[in-house]
Amino acid sequence: MGKTIRETIKTITEHHLKVEKSLCFGQCLTAVGWVGGTLPELYEEDGMVEVTTADVANGGFVVGAGLQGIRPIYVVRYQGFQWYNSPMITNYASKSKEVWNRPCPIFIRSIAMEGGIGPVAGSSHHSLYQRMPGTKILSPMTPNEYKYAYDSFMTDDDVYYISEHRRSYDNTEEFEDVMYEESDVVLFPISITRFDAEEARKDLESSGLKVSIIHQLWIKPFVFKEEWKKCLNNSKFGGIVLDDDYEQGVASSIAHRMMIESNKKVYTMGLEHRTAGFYKDVDNLPPSPKEIFNKVSEMINA
Amino acid sequence: MFRTQVFKKASLVRNFEEIVFQKLKDKTISIPSYLSVGQEFISATIAQLVEDIGVEPDIFIQHRGHGTYLSFGGDVIQLIDELLGKKTGCANGMGGSASIQSIEKNIYGHDGMMGSQVPIAVGSCYATKRPTIVFMGDSSAEEDYVFSSIGWAATKNLPILFVVEDNNLSILTEKSVRRSWKIDEVAKGFGVTGVNLLDSPFDIRNYFKDVFKKPILLNINTIRKYWHAGAGIDNPEVFDRYEDEMKQIGNEAKKIHEENKKLVTELWEKQLEKQ
Repeated sequence: MGKTIRETIKTITEHHLKVEKSLCFGQCLTAVGWVGGTLPELYEEDGMVEVTTADVANGGFVVGAGLQGIRPIYVVRYQGFQWYNSPMITNYASKSKEVWNRPCPIFIRSIAMEGGIGPVAGSSHHSLYQRMPGTKILSPMTPNEYKYAYDSFMTDDDVYYISEHRRSYDNTEEFEDVMYEESDVVLFPISITRFDAEEARKDLESSGLKVSIIHQLWIKPFVFKEEWKKCLNNSKFGGIVLDDDYEQGVASSIAHRMMIESNKKVYTMGLEHRTAGFYKDVDNLPPSPKEIFNKVSEMINA
Repeated sequence: MFRTQVFKKASLVRNFEEIVFQKLKDKTISIPSYLSVGQEFISATIAQLVEDIGVEPDIFIQHRGHGTYLSFGGDVIQLIDELLGKKTGCANGMGGSASIQSIEKNIYGHDGMMGSQVPIAVGSCYATKRPTIVFMGDSSAEEDYVFSSIGWAATKNLPILFVVEDNNLSILTEKSVRRSWKIDEVAKGFGVTGVNLLDSPFDIRNYFKDVFKKPILLNINTIRKYWHAGAGIDNPEVFDRYEDEMKQIGNEAKKIHEENKKLVTELWEKQLEKQ
């Protein structure tokens, strides 16, 4: 069995600190659990830097380190904390190359989880970074994708927002796109919705439908590849972009691009436009396999 | 000698800014501009002291930064071009007055978000352990993330100098209306040496001996002559350190003043001819 994402991140971080001699900033990095087991047991003398609980200032510290070309990693344990951590990253690091010819590459590990985490911290918030020029966003859900994201960062000089998800950490498998010549529907899942989209696809295929699935690793820049466009154009009922951020964010933006460049309708599924609570009946979760199944049925019967 | 050297830098700033004032008035410069007139001796003195100890620090500038840029040796022509919005400006013609920088002189541009330069400077200093200076105004010093940055610099004992250019005003709102505390006292609470002083070169020099050995905060009281932004003056009768120093130094200062006036006038004319 191959490495899990957890082990992959751990290996990359160890390499980044020991070989690349960089720094990894974050809160409570060395606490019990080492951020879901994704960090090697290293300390400040090795480059593992515990920052204060002052989120806004911490974002600034990492920008300062990024300006010095050391390519810091910044671990933000809940993506919802980005509301406080992002201001100086988005307003300074993302603009620095363009305005001042000073690249400020930072590898932001932004960690989502789903369910039972309440109104503030849970789910993905990659839409928060999407609007700012100078930032690239990927959501790797497999070991090879994570390695690819890191390698891309190391040969680039932009800010990288890595939208992680705790539910993916045990994953050892790679995803494969399925593109039929003529499908009924095409799914374009992002982040953790990729797992449930695969489940939904199996159920839909069992009911006799032909469902293509095209996994979305790059959120920004979003490139609508010709083969994806062809697959969508040849489908009977169009596509769905699935996300675990609010539906009105990245998912809507990508669906809009797809519709402009194709002749099909593209729907979106993501978090509902309401605040999540801690308990199940008030939570706000990404689309489940059943909900995806129902949405496809709705599209076909429309 | 020290006083004259400081005056040379201050004089370059004063003469440059007086031309900018005129260019704002006649609309040659059409962007929001933040003049350092009246405050020149803070950056001029610190730049001279740093030069005297042979250190080339990383400098994090605030939006009102022409004085800092020029005092620390930023290229005059590039600043003119920047104010005129040319691509040959020190910030590609994008930064305007508020976001100037100099790669050659380790001066990092400001992004326009009040006080953001403070945590960014602290993070940079942590990463490099190089001597670092960060300039802010008395309003920026009120940003909450400035406090946590001073605190973290203290925790890590970084070689950083925090300089608060304190003109008592946030646009026109006085400090006493905004707060009941003093930033140098706050710094002391974090274990950082905090000093409240005037912008006299000798006063600043007195507190400079431990700079870069540990984090230090200097709250330097000064008087800005012109408006917060643009070309305007509220009270022409305020104390002017520049005039005072010129009197104290005498003829040599007058000569320096005239030389700098001629220099910057010619540079401005030359750059404007290329328009």
